[in-house]
Amino acid sequence: MNSAVELKDLKKNFGKTEIIRGVSLDVKSGERHAVIGPNGAGKSTLFNLISGRFLPSSGAIHLRGENITGLRPFEINRRGLSRSFQVTNIFPRLSVWENVRCAVLWSKGYKYSFWQNIDRLEDVRARTAEILDQINMTARAQTPAGVLTYAEQRALEIGITIAGGADIILLDEPTAGMSRSETEHAVALIRKVSEGRTLIIIEHDMGVVFDLADRISVLVYGQILATDEPVKIKSNQKVQEAYLGAAGHD
Amino acid sequence: MSETTKAIPMASETSMAARFKRYGIWIVATIILLVAPYIFSSGASITTMCLMGIMIVFALSYNMLLGQTGMLSFGHAVYYGLAAFATAHMMNWVIKTGAPIPLPLIPLAGAAAGLFFGIVFGAVSTKRGGTAFAMISLGLGELVYSSSLILRSFFGGEEGISADRTKLLRFFGYNFGSQIQVYYLIAAWCLLCVILMYAITRTPLGRMCNAVRENPERVEFVGYNPQFVRFIAFALGGLFAGVAGSLAAINIELAQASFVGAAQSGAVLLAAYMGGVAFFVGPILGAIIVTLLSIKLSDFSEIWVLYFGILFITIILFAPYGLSGLLMMHAQFWRGPLSSRIARFGKLFGSYLVAAIPALIMILGAILLIEMIHHIVQKSAEGPMMHFLRSSRFTVNTHTALPWVGGIVALIGGFFAFRMTWPVVAKAWNNALADAQRSGA
Ligand SMILES: Nc1ncnc2c1ncn2[C@@H]1O[C@H](COP(=O)(O)OP(=O)(O)O)[C@@H](O)[C@H]1O
Ligand SMILES: [Mg+2]
Repeated sequence: MNSAVELKDLKKNFGKTEIIRGVSLDVKSGERHAVIGPNGAGKSTLFNLISGRFLPSSGAIHLRGENITGLRPFEINRRGLSRSFQVTNIFPRLSVWENVRCAVLWSKGYKYSFWQNIDRLEDVRARTAEILDQINMTARAQTPAGVLTYAEQRALEIGITIAGGADIILLDEPTAGMSRSETEHAVALIRKVSEGRTLIIIEHDMGVVFDLADRISVLVYGQILATDEPVKIKSNQKVQEAYLGAAGHD
Repeated sequence: MSETTKAIPMASETSMAARFKRYGIWIVATIILLVAPYIFSSGASITTMCLMGIMIVFALSYNMLLGQTGMLSFGHAVYYGLAAFATAHMMNWVIKTGAPIPLPLIPLAGAAAGLFFGIVFGAVSTKRGGTAFAMISLGLGELVYSSSLILRSFFGGEEGISADRTKLLRFFGYNFGSQIQVYYLIAAWCLLCVILMYAITRTPLGRMCNAVRENPERVEFVGYNPQFVRFIAFALGGLFAGVAGSLAAINIELAQASFVGAAQSGAVLLAAYMGGVAFFVGPILGAIIVTLLSIKLSDFSEIWVLYFGILFITIILFAPYGLSGLLMMHAQFWRGPLSSRIARFGKLFGSYLVAAIPALIMILGAILLIEMIHHIVQKSAEGPMMHFLRSSRFTVNTHTALPWVGGIVALIGGFFAFRMTWPVVAKAWNNALADAQRSGA
């Protein structure tokens, strides 16, 4: 199988502290891959490296075989990788509709057009409406994103991430802070939108992880302890000690 | 924000009503521009309206940066002024060579100059947003202004570059010798630019400008380069500022170093802020009011700049969304049957009137005190008598106690009376809100 995202001995330090300490990982195309690990292990930092938000200190990142190390986030996004943020990262004074539409535009090829009336772009309108429907926010379309409830903002965060139709999706704790039923809906949505795509998800809810993931990587203190299928991770002695069995996770 | 309240655009509307809604406002604007010189027909009024038209284009071009894209520029006059010089040189070239280019097409040269310098300086300054952008804009403004004093052949030194607009090829028999002909030239360009700048806000780029203003980092993760969005917005802002500068040069047949200066950059910032940068109409209102004030206030007082500054600070403090923000706050009351709307606004404005009377007394008291202080400090040689606000009928003796006591009583008494009216206004506001919600439901 082809690899979607491949990390080659990736390292990242902030000043003197090494946060990512040599991570190598091969996420296959079409796989749903979960990254778990205690708080502060470097999971979000790993996403920041893959998506181009941070430059790695050393090592390389390949996207479908292409070396994308050092590319800017928008260049990586245009190659079909989209990510969400653990700390909600939206356009607060724009409406929900506008938030999602901004994330649709590039994928529909409109680029920096200042000669086309946006209200006449039927494909953009249809795609935006479809995403709003998927995240159950159609009724909130005209609400400024900044005044949404926390759970609604989390749903919008997912909506913005998937709106461009990227085929590699990175979700950073998408269900954190959601209620039981909201989580269920979000997981169903994630399952649906990642159908036939590659998904990398950071998640603390083990129910969600074991339900969704084809493979799991356990990141502890900036290193991958194990990468394997869920059943094998569950029974992995090292993982048991370092993470699952211990009080480490929340 | 205006952008957030737009209805979801459903499949393209084609009914007459929808069409009127879309184009009606521009038809109304055209009619206003056409008939305005018949209503305000004095020479001074037409001159004022010409300045307003220029300022509207300039302030809207500024708001492409500030309100739309979140770039605070302290040097927007660079594009206005350089385009004015380009225009003056272009006119002189056309006159000299007899090129068949009529005056109404000359602003295209200004647009090209504005765009060119917008691209050149934009490439430098839009790499960074926020404070860095603001500082670079300030530096570029100073750079261009000081060059204008050095490069005398292009900028013409103290006198500037003058150009006789009547010497160009006649345009359907018009030579633009009279101010009214220039008015219609400016009005036409103003309307065209306003329509274009509004249209740009409704395009993919226009929407991404707002996204960059809100959260430039997130923009990078939906495929856009925020620097490039800023760059295009900046270049287009330069283009329209160029049209404004070009019209200004045509209007007074002169381009001067002051056109690129900090005062001109400051004026457009004031106009945009006073009108409000959050709504498209804001800078239009601001341009009209700033132009009017800077002409009218100087008729009343030598120290009008001080009053202008106080007004600006008051608006920033108490109406951070500017005059258009104040107006838009009233939009929520505009629902239900027409008669109930009128009744609702009648009651609300009644309460404003109640508050306005003591406020006016307070302001007059303050102005009296300021003018007397100014008279004593600056013009003691003229003796104790002072014409209040340059009115020869109302003179005060600054060496007697009465006007001082009167001023202080009016200021302080007016303030406390004004304060007492605040609950009245608040109550009227809440009543109007409750009433509007009832009739909206
Ligand atoms: N920009 C940064 N500068 C300095 N330290 C950072 C930065 N981002 C993350 N860190 C540090 O890196 C460590 C890992 O953080 P993070 O990747 O957010 O962990 P996780 O997502 O696994 O909880 C933390 O100790 C955090 O303080
Ligand atoms: Mg994290």
